[in-house]
Amino acid sequence: MFDSVPSSASPIVEIRGLTRKFGDKVALNDLSLDVPRGGVFGLIGGNGAGKTTLIKHILGMLKAQQGSVHVFGLDPVKDPVGTLGRIGYLSEERELPDWMRVGELIRYTQAFFPNWDDSYAEELRESFDLDKKARIKTLSRGQRARAGLLVALAHRPELLVLDEPSSGLDPVVRRDILGAIIRTIADEGRTVLFSSHLLDEVERVADRVAIIHHGQIMLTASMEEIKEQHRRVTLRFDQSLDRPPELVGSLSSTGQGKEWTYICNGEMSQLRNAAEAIGGTVVEEAALTLDEIFISRILF
Amino acid sequence: MFWLAADVLRRGMLVQIHITTSDGVPIYQQVVNQIKFLIASGRLNSGDELPPIRVLAAQLLINPNTVARAYRELETAGIVEKRRTAGTYVSEQGSPLARRERVKILAERIDTLLAEAIHMGVSIDDVMKLVQQRHDAIQSARNEE
Repeated sequence: MFDSVPSSASPIVEIRGLTRKFGDKVALNDLSLDVPRGGVFGLIGGNGAGKTTLIKHILGMLKAQQGSVHVFGLDPVKDPVGTLGRIGYLSEERELPDWMRVGELIRYTQAFFPNWDDSYAEELRESFDLDKKARIKTLSRGQRARAGLLVALAHRPELLVLDEPSSGLDPVVRRDILGAIIRTIADEGRTVLFSSHLLDEVERVADRVAIIHHGQIMLTASMEEIKEQHRRVTLRFDQSLDRPPELVGSLSSTGQGKEWTYICNGEMSQLRNAAEAIGGTVVEEAALTLDEIFISRILF
Repeated sequence: MFWLAADVLRRGMLVQIHITTSDGVPIYQQVVNQIKFLIASGRLNSGDELPPIRVLAAQLLINPNTVARAYRELETAGIVEKRRTAGTYVSEQGSPLARRERVKILAERIDTLLAEAIHMGVSIDDVMKLVQQRHDAIQSARNEE
């Protein structure tokens, strides 16, 4: 059987009570989060929700003002060598040294990582169609992302961190990135943490999801649980109603007259009972996309 | 090259599955439904090998655990079976189930057709006549080939 299921062993990333302020602005507010070892963890949230700030703490680029951050059980600020050497990272900005050629970038990055896999790097370079002699600054946006992905992957990191990797890229490059995520976890024990606002991508590849909003985790669960526990249910009532009756477990409702549609959180059997209790009959029920679940969680 | 095509076929890589995230149906369920459909419509037959989990995950760009879950469901339902040589194959006893699936698929199509007919104000008798007409047209076109 396939064996890269997130394990119950100690989490690869462990964050407790993390608060971060930039001036008066609270970017992270007493945030706690565990990322289990193995599998793909999707971090979703709107612009300014705190995704990038959180990731910068995991990489040791920001020091915790309050609370604690541990990666592989280590503090990434105090022990950058012990942590960064085991992490592959691709940021949304894809900061790369513009003056270098692709071949130089590969040799330069290789020097930092004892586990660098030459043949894997070469395989990636060929499949991404990257010219060794091309200067980074002349690369297209997509080729730049591929170069960044290559140097993030070629040392076969235990933890691959991707911050909005698909942002602003065409579908062909996005496929390469998703393919790389899948390949990374297909190797036993490896973990991918990626943030995205493209929720269809998250729905495809993530085992576990955390929704971050206003610097706090609103919800964290396996993709399976999230999908099973959120449903769109339409109820029909005997009489026309001006307002929808309160349904236990509902996050939002729309409708008019005799039919009202609720976005609900809970088991279907419980929802049926709750509907009966307020005099409604379930006339339609459907699964929700991650997009719809996210919006109902953030807006209501 | 011939040997390459044969190799691809042997590994069962030609499975045509399309994943969408636009209607909320869980992805593992889409894989299950479409493999059932491929078997029911005769595009996958008893003894055919399904692609390895990693291969199908990479092809569809979905999480390998999702493919594993779909294969587990199909195995529990007796539609596919694991063999000692570590592969997943379409079961021999797939046919009665395949028949049920066929009827189910057709019933869904018919429901859609009937719903449209009602919207357009076309009576059931006229729909039946039209079905017969289309059947005859297809038959005569076949005979001319």
